Amino acid sequence: MEILEKIEKIVGKNKVEKLDDGRLVLNMGPSHPAMHGIVRILLTVEGERVKDAEVEIGYLHRGFEKTCENINYNQIIPYTDRLNYVSPFINEVGFVMAVEKMMGVEIPERAKYIRVIMSEIARITDHLTCVAANAMELGAFTPYFYLINSRELLYQAGDMVSGGRVTPNYFRVGGTSFDLSPDFFEFTRNALKELDKNISDAKKLIERNRIFYDRLKDTGKITKEEAINWGFTGPMIRSVGVDYDVRKYNPYLVYERFDFEIPVCFDGDNYSRYLIRMEEIEQSKKIIEQAMEQIPNGPISSDDYSVSLPPKEEVYNSIEGLISHFKLTFEGPKTPKGEIYFAVEGGNGELGYYIVSDGTHKPWRVRVRPPCFSITSAIPRLIKGGYIADIIATFGQINMIGGELER
Amino acid sequence: MGLEKAFGESWVTSKMEFAINWARKFSFFNYPFVTACCGMEFMSTFASTYDIARFGAEFPRFSPRQADVLFVVGTVNQKMAPVLKRVYEQMIEPKWVVSFGVCATSGGFYDNYAVVDGIDKIIPVDVYIPGCPPRPQAVLDALVKLQQKVQKEKLV
Amino acid sequence: MIENLKHIFGNKIIDYVKNYDIDTLVAKKEALIQMISFLKNEEKFDFLMDLFAIDYLGYPDKKFEHRYEIVYNLYSFENNKRLILKVPVTEENPSVDSIVSFYSSADWYEREAYDMYGIVFNGHPNLKRILMYEEFQGHPLRKDYPLKKRQPRIDLK
Repeated sequence: MEILEKIEKIVGKNKVEKLDDGRLVLNMGPSHPAMHGIVRILLTVEGERVKDAEVEIGYLHRGFEKTCENINYNQIIPYTDRLNYVSPFINEVGFVMAVEKMMGVEIPERAKYIRVIMSEIARITDHLTCVAANAMELGAFTPYFYLINSRELLYQAGDMVSGGRVTPNYFRVGGTSFDLSPDFFEFTRNALKELDKNISDAKKLIERNRIFYDRLKDTGKITKEEAINWGFTGPMIRSVGVDYDVRKYNPYLVYERFDFEIPVCFDGDNYSRYLIRMEEIEQSKKIIEQAMEQIPNGPISSDDYSVSLPPKEEVYNSIEGLISHFKLTFEGPKTPKGEIYFAVEGGNGELGYYIVSDGTHKPWRVRVRPPCFSITSAIPRLIKGGYIADIIATFGQINMIGGELER
Repeated sequence: MGLEKAFGESWVTSKMEFAINWARKFSFFNYPFVTACCGMEFMSTFASTYDIARFGAEFPRFSPRQADVLFVVGTVNQKMAPVLKRVYEQMIEPKWVVSFGVCATSGGFYDNYAVVDGIDKIIPVDVYIPGCPPRPQAVLDALVKLQQKVQKEKLV
Repeated sequence: MIENLKHIFGNKIIDYVKNYDIDTLVAKKEALIQMISFLKNEEKFDFLMDLFAIDYLGYPDKKFEHRYEIVYNLYSFENNKRLILKVPVTEENPSVDSIVSFYSSADWYEREAYDMYGIVFNGHPNLKRILMYEEFQGHPLRKDYPLKKRQPRIDLK
């Protein structure tokens, strides 16, 4: 109290209350390892407890939506890769399917199966990255290596079919750009076996680990009603007991033909999100295995040459083939006037595209419904009342991806 | 210089400059300024398949004051520009900058209102890595190039 | 459901179409709060999936006068149903009532629409820029904002 009295003498009586308050405003980010580089949180803390928080984003805003208004539909596909760059195939599938639905194009069976296989591979890489980064931020470095090693094999599988590891640019409106390479199936089967081994190794290290368990259990808790009100989707909503998954509720492609389940937990904390991600990897593996069994032979893109490129023999040997190749390369596919909303299940939840077309080769407006936008907006709700250290656990399990958050 | 003759084979003589540069180039402490997609390949490079530890640069320091190589990984937009500048200014000499990926190098295909077209408009850059994102092999190649550059540097 | 809505709101509903299997309603902005409250409480549209704006400046052959439209993308988990509600907003008075009190997720979506299009949401608790920085002049996603007009925060070489 002596110090307080001394300060009172200097600064006057009214101001001492603020000093005595004990609150501290703390800046976290944007260049902070646990904030994944691009989110800034202004924390008001009282001791170790978070009393208030304000999240600031926009450090990776790249003008995706404005750029899309100036280029044609096929040129947008590489941009969609870089939305959720951890699961790029899913973004492409969502976009090209929205455009196809608008144009009324039916794609061949084989292309549908390829899309399912690649989407599920992308989902696995998404969850692996999330869990690996989360474990690393909580101090467990070894599982990071196990999980990233199996992700590496899946990247190589993606590389094999598309020529790109992270950003494949593989699907086109009306099908895919190439067929799967002949040794893809064998490679993927081996990669999945390796994945099994790596996951069980990683699970042994973290799942029942005292530190990992204690830091995830009962942190970042939210109730079912609140989660719905905040617009959560994906693993976040399934952790509170709502089994919402676009693949089950509005099946697209050929998802209704596969036998898989949607894992649900009821605790609504970080540990249940971790469990759901791990279980979804298993389910995705099941889907890939079934799809690789069932995949038919046949063409990989639509035979309507105003939508997809004709085969090279026709381009070189017939005038019609050459003209449609030229027109499609220079102008791109043309959509009828109208508006469409189409959603797929991304790594983080419902990934939707709202496209407004003015009847030309370029879209009038492309809006992405980014799954982690509404989740990130709920961060203050999730971390309030907890410890500062819990922010890292919560933030890691949210799986905030800058590309789709800020586009 | 004949010192080896006088003291036996347990001695090695070298130039001061050579020795210090040699020590520096094999013990980079890097600061990953990760913003976007390239971060995924950055993670791969640090994992055991590509193992950047072979080149002595495996240890990320998340404080710019302790780091000597700044990896700018991913797109830098107008909102982020002052942050990058401040991080660079906080690093102590000697310091080097690696521009990781085409977005950091030139803005890439994000030629619009939001993105800075190249971080060399904000800070000086030593090595540019092309690719969107660059493969881990390209990253390791860039690291070797940076080591060669460091070896040739003058101390005064 | 649509019949029900038409019965209650009458001439407040300007248009109803089915856009590729999704019900799309266009309603007057005076009726927005009433309508959102009805949809959320009576029709069980518990998710606000998305909220954004569209700029129709120079849209070919457009049949309406207004420049912007705000799009509310609602989803009902119970009935597995989607509904898109569009509210026209004029260029002279780009403002509409905020629905943060109904859906917490509307908070950031409305801030984004304000940032990108300059649409004011009356009653929003913290309406300021979210993706761009405070010094930024104009609203980048408006059709009359040039694609490459940069506004650097610091001096670039």
